[in-house]
Amino acid sequence: MPVNFFPAEFEVVRNSDRCIKCRACERQCSNEVHIYDADFDKMLSRDNQCVDCQRCVSICPVSALKIVPNENAFRKSANYSQQLMIENYRQAGSGGVLLSSMGNPQDYPVYWDKILINASQVTNPPIDPLREPMETKVFLGKKPAGIKKNPDGSIDTHTEPYLELNMPILFSAMSYGSISKNAHESLARAATELGTYYNTGEGGLHKDFYQYGKNTIVQVASGRFGVFKDYLDTGAAIEIKMGQGAKPGIGGHLPGAKIREDVSKTRMIPMGTDAISPAPHHDIYSIEDLRQLIFSLKEATEYKKPVIVKVAAVHNVAAIASGIARSGADIIAIDGFRGGTGAAPTRIRDNVGIPIELALAAVDQRLRDEGIRNEVSIIAAGSVRSSADAVKAIALGADAVYIGTPALLALGCHLCRSCHSGKCNWGIATQRPDLVKRLNPDVGYQRLVNLVNAWNHEIKEIMGGMGINSIEALRGNRLMLRGIGLSQKELDILGILHAGE
Amino acid sequence: MKRVYVNEDRCLGCHLCETYCAFANSGETDMVKAFKTGKDAVPRIRIEEGDGINFAVQCRHCADPLCVKGCIAGALSVNNGVIEINHDKCVGCYTCVLSCPYGCIVIDYKNGGRTVTKCELCTRNNAGEPACAANCINRAIVFEERGED
Ligand code: SF4
Ligand code: SF4
Ligand code: SF4
Ligand code: SF4
Repeated sequence: MPVNFFPAEFEVVRNSDRCIKCRACERQCSNEVHIYDADFDKMLSRDNQCVDCQRCVSICPVSALKIVPNENAFRKSANYSQQLMIENYRQAGSGGVLLSSMGNPQDYPVYWDKILINASQVTNPPIDPLREPMETKVFLGKKPAGIKKNPDGSIDTHTEPYLELNMPILFSAMSYGSISKNAHESLARAATELGTYYNTGEGGLHKDFYQYGKNTIVQVASGRFGVFKDYLDTGAAIEIKMGQGAKPGIGGHLPGAKIREDVSKTRMIPMGTDAISPAPHHDIYSIEDLRQLIFSLKEATEYKKPVIVKVAAVHNVAAIASGIARSGADIIAIDGFRGGTGAAPTRIRDNVGIPIELALAAVDQRLRDEGIRNEVSIIAAGSVRSSADAVKAIALGADAVYIGTPALLALGCHLCRSCHSGKCNWGIATQRPDLVKRLNPDVGYQRLVNLVNAWNHEIKEIMGGMGINSIEALRGNRLMLRGIGLSQKELDILGILHAGE
Repeated sequence: MKRVYVNEDRCLGCHLCETYCAFANSGETDMVKAFKTGKDAVPRIRIEEGDGINFAVQCRHCADPLCVKGCIAGALSVNNGVIEINHDKCVGCYTCVLSCPYGCIVIDYKNGGRTVTKCELCTRNNAGEPACAANCINRAIVFEERGED
């Protein structure tokens, strides 16, 4: 049916005055866009297979390539975009659910960009981070509410288990399976060198990475893949994944094609079978059930490791967080609706959940109002894109932030949002050995270290400007923030004043 | 001395090292011009591929080089550890091609095979450092000192 013809989304523009027919683009495009034609003695392209990952553009030795949006246009409508029309055609053809990957690309307000940061002038001098000490170390876990004394009068020095981070940044959960082994190795080595943590996601922990256990957060998700005693013992903390910002209320599905030998061993499921994480944990239907799982995990690890509970930012997230804080969790991770994913139903990714900025502010405020903020630390996740976003998150009340997409960018990701195809040209979201190879972990881990160090420098710089010399003094310090172009309701939820006030 | 080392686990088989080698030895300053005018040199490096494993092969600059021993015209010599070729002396007998255990001497098909040519670690062109290592997109080729001679 002609209706099943979809115009190419992108056009591959090759400057034949420059192209030297080296065929590197042909060898490197896993979507088989480029082909050398001997009869024409020319490189040709199959534009309709291009996903705009920019791999060929980046490696062409003579800069002969560019990828541009295809200009072919359906009749314009502000209501029915061309994309929406094509999606409906596709579904009419396939009868299937639309799949997408990476974060929600839709044009919703980004509150980070509507918040401005303060700086000191005259009365409270700024601090130069290069000349004066500046503390970015954070501890995640329960904080004692007061000083307790032992019966003999000495001070009780017992502390609950905690995580110690050199900077308020952790790498968010990305499972081995959804990302490649080389990507995992890069994250693990970078976390170790930086003195922070990476997160196994729900895919278990490959045996080669047990050596990085001190800097690993091991996840327990609804599918319980790869969870066993050694796994729990190896991690520095355990994260119970209740939900994910990109797909709240939805489980996971890693297609059997991605379950090759190593992934199958790590996940403890047969090779080639689909790895399906149910939407709920089938043993958790209340905060009391959650409490049971938290304490089972604590019991199994002798109360030596903090337990994180990760939830997606949804409408009543503040009440949920209050329940979690009372359930014995040490840390709550809140994942906003722009968070990334290896694969999610498009409609869910684009329409479910709320922005992390509002969720974070609401949770921090609720926990403070209830006098239980010290019971848990908060990690904000779901599109913290820069050090400035991180500073704003901390001032809104986060103890630290998870970064996922920025870490992938450091590894070469160009956000082509086709992770679900399993053919990532940058060797990240793929298990194909020839593609995995493209991410050299020696290079990858160094780039991650550089990125996070750079962010940390900027965080110090911004804090210094505010006259603040420790992260502790920034946390929840909403007076350092002002809104711009926000309604009174939005300002009230964020708990900040408007610029000029 | 500093040598070129290759890591077959990292090599992607993109052949860009060959392209950069051909350019480095072309004498041109613009890659497009080098290739479009046919001045690109024969690559001194070659990618071997197969079964998911690829790796680059080029002169190992052996301490006791068989090619130099075998050359009937005295065209090959060792200069500071680098084995160099004098194209004016080469008579194209290919004795060196046969004697190199690594298959690293290449026949210069650009001049119809009249002479051979080989990697000289970019010491006699304008690249400054081995162009293959400098431009490898996955650090599969490195130029470094590993304390061997
Ligand atoms: S990589 Fe560039 S020069 Fe090489 S064939 Fe492709 S477009 Fe041409
Ligand atoms: S899919 Fe990527 S590598 Fe292939 S043509 Fe498009 S941009 Fe280039
Ligand atoms: S440039 Fe590097 S990755 Fe590409 S073929 Fe040469 S050695 Fe292999
Ligand atoms: S060192 Fe220079 S001459 Fe030798 S293979 Fe590499 S690019 Fe070619």
